[in-house]
Amino acid sequence: MRIRTVEISVGIFILAGIIALAVLALQVSGLSLSPAKPTYKLYAQFSDLGGLSVRGRVSIAGVTVGRISNIQLDTDRMVALVEMEIDQSVDTLSVDSIASIRTEGLLGEKFIDISVGGDPDYLADGDTIIDTQSALSIERLVSNFASSLGK
Amino acid sequence: MLDSLQRLGRSGLQTLSTLGRAGIFLVNGLFVMPSWRGFPLFVRQLFSVGVLSLPIIVVSALFIGMVLGLQGYNILVDYGSESAIGPMVALTLVRELGPVVTALLFAGRAGSALTAEIGLMKATEQISSMEMIGVDPMRRIVAPRLLAGFVAMPLLALIFNAVGIWGGMMVGVEWLGVYEGSFWNNMRASVDFGEDVLNGIIKSVVFGVVCTWIAVFQGYNLIPTSEGISNATTKTVVISSLAVLGLDFLLTAVMFGDF
Amino acid sequence: MSNQSNNYVEIRGMTFSRGERRIFDNVSIDIPRGKVTTIMGPSGTGKTTLLRLIGGQLRPDRGSILIDGEDITKVNRRELYHMREKMGMLFQSGALFSDLSVYENVAFPLRVHTRLPEDMIRDIVLMKLNAVGLRGARALMPSELSGGMTRRVALARTIVLDPQMVMYDEPFTGQDPIAMGVVVQLIRMLNDALGLTSVLVSHDVQESMSISDNLCIIADGRVMGQGSPDELKRNGSAFVKQFLNGLPDGPVPFHYPAPDYAQDLIEGDGNARFLAKAR
Repeated sequence: MRIRTVEISVGIFILAGIIALAVLALQVSGLSLSPAKPTYKLYAQFSDLGGLSVRGRVSIAGVTVGRISNIQLDTDRMVALVEMEIDQSVDTLSVDSIASIRTEGLLGEKFIDISVGGDPDYLADGDTIIDTQSALSIERLVSNFASSLGK
Repeated sequence: MLDSLQRLGRSGLQTLSTLGRAGIFLVNGLFVMPSWRGFPLFVRQLFSVGVLSLPIIVVSALFIGMVLGLQGYNILVDYGSESAIGPMVALTLVRELGPVVTALLFAGRAGSALTAEIGLMKATEQISSMEMIGVDPMRRIVAPRLLAGFVAMPLLALIFNAVGIWGGMMVGVEWLGVYEGSFWNNMRASVDFGEDVLNGIIKSVVFGVVCTWIAVFQGYNLIPTSEGISNATTKTVVISSLAVLGLDFLLTAVMFGDF
Repeated sequence: MSNQSNNYVEIRGMTFSRGERRIFDNVSIDIPRGKVTTIMGPSGTGKTTLLRLIGGQLRPDRGSILIDGEDITKVNRRELYHMREKMGMLFQSGALFSDLSVYENVAFPLRVHTRLPEDMIRDIVLMKLNAVGLRGARALMPSELSGGMTRRVALARTIVLDPQMVMYDEPFTGQDPIAMGVVVQLIRMLNDALGLTSVLVSHDVQESMSISDNLCIIADGRVMGQGSPDELKRNGSAFVKQFLNGLPDGPVPFHYPAPDYAQDLIEGDGNARFLAKAR
């Protein structure tokens, strides 16, 4: 093998590796190179998370507008306190909006969906969404159904 | 009865002493880091272990990615979760199959070639004559090969992952009809660069060090006959494979377990 | 630091064991300067090991090995490196580097030990290749050479630094008559033309005796005889005579230890017992 060919193919090999890394970083794991969009924090309380986790998405009408950044147990009221980071550009959420935990498909990932209300006042940074709907538990639905059958 | 105990003890001691020699060998090999003069040697070795392994790596990655897509879809569709096919293929490859399968293929192809090459040099007294001329065989033969293996493995694993994911996408999107947009979106949501991709890279670096070390040591250390070479080549593949699988379990437990 | 004694190499009281086997036991050998000395002995007596000891690749358990006045068993790595510049070793298989061409193989020691410019290297390499008759083969790769040609290229590489001593490991083994003739001629010619001290290791009695000034016969880790071929032929011990004359039986017996012949044939199933014991 001529030395030139060897050097060129090694160069291509290393380049291919770097490109693969770039693909994995950007396309596969969604590492974002653009500066993080400015966000503000909103809170919501739920009695049952049903498998919602940090980094789950927050959507309005199916469009992703933010991410769940933290989940904690509120020890006073024994409910789950969820902290969300919402895009700054989405700032017309009325104070009577409802946050509900939904599932993608039947067994998919959990996410929070916010449906906007009609109140003229808007939620600001640090506010809490009061109206929440916890995760629908399959077991509870089935047992409700079964007991209603029994009646 | 006493006889077999004695034999067990002796083989245990032999294993320890071989392990010790292997360790000293690795340290010696790393300490004579080639200077700029040795760069062409390094490049040539990188070609030999890296570029020449590309065909088997790429083809295997393609097939494995496609099978993952196919089987994954079959299983997920029963739960209505076929949209999870993207994350499933990506995570399986990036966290596990990428580093591990690449390491196994590397041990089989490049590792055995390294062992055989160095073994042949030893058997035809090239190593001896190099010493007699006054050249340190560690610097000229061993160090470039070690370094080339350490660098090539992670690169190969990255290429494996990328090709495999593409294969999974071909099957999922083109053939089975999953929406391309949600395929990538779901994947992006579930795969974290730091936790998944980076950990996978760390794994492949560790595997690269282990496989190359074993291959080069076995070649340097063998009995210089044709039987010796074939024994050493077999040992390289077997020991490398077991080491990779064992280390993979340890690393996975540490990286992805609940500690 | 060279010393003008008659001997280039002086081995005194050298003992070397490998594992439990004692390979050399209190051995003393003189290798005279400027002459061809052949070290002979039955297969497996460690003749190649002796060359490795002289070259400093192995260290004896006891004793000294003086190369031109310096004890090679006591030097550190740097001094060993310099001492090796004065020595060349031709291995049995030639041991050419399989990834380099003939030219590059011969140039290798020059590139390692000197900083000569490329055109000087070229001149020297071509001269040495010419001395062995292979100047036209300079661009070939080792895999393209015949066995005899491989050894001649290796010989060119061995003398490229103009060493003071050259060691040959079994140079006559496995050669066809023409190649053999070439090797024999080259060894003698180079020794005289370049004023080398040549040390051969061989069990080919005929060829060795034809070109050697001095012989040293080793068996069982001891020196059985040292001297010129004529001296040994006339005055040597029974073992030396058997060896030099190639007699099948003598101090080294023909028969492997076995029970009495007549008994063995008579005892029918005694054979089974004998074989069982052997297992």
